[in-house]
Amino acid sequence: MSNSKFTRRGVLKTGAVGGAGLALPTIFTAGSAAAFTNAPTGGTVKFGFNVPQTGPYADEGMDELRAQELAIEHLNGIGDGGMLNTFSSKALGGDGILGKKVEFVTGDTQTKSDAARASAKSMIEKDGVVMINGGSSSGVAVAVQGLCQEAGIIFMAGLTHSNDTTGKDRKANGFRHFFNAYMSGAALAPVLKNAYGADRRAYHLTADYTWGWTQQESIQAATEAMGWETVNNVLTPLATTDFSSYIAPVLNSGADVLVLNHYGGNMINSLTNAVQFGLRDKIVNGKQFEIVVPLYSELMAAGAGENVQGVYGSMNWNWQLQDAGTQAFVKSFGEKYGRPPSNSAHTCYVQTLLYADAVTRAGSFNPCAVAEALEGFEFDGMGNGPTLYRADDHQCFKDVLVMKGKENPTNEYDTLEVVEVTPRAQVEYAPNHPMFGGDEASLGTCNPGA
Amino acid sequence: MDAILLQILNGLDKGSAYALIALGLTLIFGTLGVVNFAHGALFMIGAFCAVTVQRILSLSFVTVDETQKDFLGNALKVKTPYVESWFGPETGGMIIEWSVPLAIIFAIPVMVAVGFAMERGLIKYFYKRPHADQILVTFGLAIVLQELVKYFFGANPIQTGAPDVFKGSFDFGVMLGFNANEIIYPYWRMVYFLFSGIIISGVFAFLQFTTFGMVVRAGMADRETVGLLGINIDRRFTIMFGVAAAVAGLAGVMYAPINAPNYHMGMDFLVLSFVVVVVGGMGSLPGAVLAGFMLGILESFSSMNWIKDLLPGIDQIIIYLVAIVILLARPRGLMGRKGVMED
Repeated sequence: MSNSKFTRRGVLKTGAVGGAGLALPTIFTAGSAAAFTNAPTGGTVKFGFNVPQTGPYADEGMDELRAQELAIEHLNGIGDGGMLNTFSSKALGGDGILGKKVEFVTGDTQTKSDAARASAKSMIEKDGVVMINGGSSSGVAVAVQGLCQEAGIIFMAGLTHSNDTTGKDRKANGFRHFFNAYMSGAALAPVLKNAYGADRRAYHLTADYTWGWTQQESIQAATEAMGWETVNNVLTPLATTDFSSYIAPVLNSGADVLVLNHYGGNMINSLTNAVQFGLRDKIVNGKQFEIVVPLYSELMAAGAGENVQGVYGSMNWNWQLQDAGTQAFVKSFGEKYGRPPSNSAHTCYVQTLLYADAVTRAGSFNPCAVAEALEGFEFDGMGNGPTLYRADDHQCFKDVLVMKGKENPTNEYDTLEVVEVTPRAQVEYAPNHPMFGGDEASLGTCNPGA
Repeated sequence: MDAILLQILNGLDKGSAYALIALGLTLIFGTLGVVNFAHGALFMIGAFCAVTVQRILSLSFVTVDETQKDFLGNALKVKTPYVESWFGPETGGMIIEWSVPLAIIFAIPVMVAVGFAMERGLIKYFYKRPHADQILVTFGLAIVLQELVKYFFGANPIQTGAPDVFKGSFDFGVMLGFNANEIIYPYWRMVYFLFSGIIISGVFAFLQFTTFGMVVRAGMADRETVGLLGINIDRRFTIMFGVAAAVAGLAGVMYAPINAPNYHMGMDFLVLSFVVVVVGGMGSLPGAVLAGFMLGILESFSSMNWIKDLLPGIDQIIIYLVAIVILLARPRGLMGRKGVMED
């Protein structure tokens, strides 16, 4: 008999523990490489641009895509660098991101939530993208943002104006540079008061979906706060093409202002119908009847033609601004495509650069590291003046433009004019504002995925 | 009372568009037995005929204005339409302004040619195929046509205004003893209603009072017997396809100032027009017109505020709801004939 303390079982145990110990650093290394979804491994990194390429917003999607391609060129050191030259952060050097060349794939949202989720899912799972950017609808943005949160991908929203995107539907993995409905109301109301007076009666026509509801709620609150009365709010189905039966009763209601909480084709048709009915030629309550379109886009203004002349609205950005960032972007975009960029193109371009900058500052593509770098980030030189990416809700705070349809346009792009640049302080609100989900709204926790 | 009158007026122009499209649809179904899902695309092509004429009349030459700058800071390229240069700014401007009415002249031959091409090039091969095949092929054709239009004109709506003389609205309220602004109705919508009345009357008169129309009606009733009499009924039916295409096209031309044309507008009208045809009675021309106006007016009524408050969302389903009720009560539709689509 041997009194040896070594037994077969003991040797196996020791060997297993020792082996695991030796392997530990490797496990940690491998683990850190695959600790988040689609961690880039080769010499390239891929972005996913999810924009409407078919459907009624295809032209807007095309403009976003143009800007996104331009951003990729600038990130890879091609072209004149655009806003990289004016951006206050100097982390990006035009040599890709963290030494990796940037590539991109595109998806077609069709401006439908289910189609947008499907194309985003495909880009995440098949193409291995690390970030999704783009879109022209709040319904789509909320849906894709939710998907990105589940998948562990950063979502840099495109054109989405509903309060809900960074309100009750805010997500830790989602970031919005574009302004929102509350900001439109806060910026527009004082200008409307100056132009039309404090004693006005407003009639609202509102697109019956998330953006329309929050837009109407915001502009109603802002205008009532300055003395206007709200006569009625009528919800119109999104599929409506002829608004005559909704517009005809407006004059009978005693209202002297019509607020069209419509976007895109809805806005073009409702404004056209309202002008056809001669609303703007009428005198009601002893005042000239007026129309307001809280959210403008260049393509909408072009589609509405001369009907927009003299009509107030708001925008996130406009190519006519004179700051260095805007001029650099307009020059790059204009020389490449022969046209000025839209505000949806601008927000997609800026979002792409902001993501790349955050990765570089974080030194990692890990979405949680990127989110941390974006939260509370203050920057300038991107066309909107000093801007803050607020940590509490991932909403950018910056100046807002109040626009008016130009009375005597000189060319096809000269449809709107900047009436006022509303300072950022005037459009700020608390993160737990009731219109943004109140105290219950929460970002949740960042999801790195895999 | 004034609100009811207002919605009746609103329903008339909606009904006009439905009636014109449904008339063409039912004409094709009655003559050729084809369920044409590309008919909405013909309406859309008609609207883009107006856009095309507006663009042709607005063709411009470019001069450089050194005193103004473009968005890149270069000297501004100013476009001046040739017609303004040839006839002076006032007359030239007026010609451009009248591009929609002028487009009628352009649209008639174009739409007849498009109709012939569709019928001879594709649809004639599906006469003896089941209705499901016809629906699939014509729906596919509609998608191809709208994508072609999108390729050439873009996805954004294109504003195509009415002549200045028809801008603004007429105050019916004052005329009927109500207060000012209580019942107003845009001039162009009145023009559209009158125009559709003329077109509908013209089609009925053509079928009723011409030898050609008599043969077509005979063919619709009994195609085989008319063929046995030595009459080439197929050729006449092909011509009727062209006529139906022209009716849909003209409806589209005149609709352009009401809502800015976009590539998708045909699809917006297609489903509703089919409901109109079914409610009116498959193959019945008067039924299509009657149902078009009836459903247009009902749709307007359903968007009245107090009705929406009472039944939220009713404005989205009213046409389908009424269609169900009518078809339950009269399975052949309001004026449907026995034996049509009942085999």
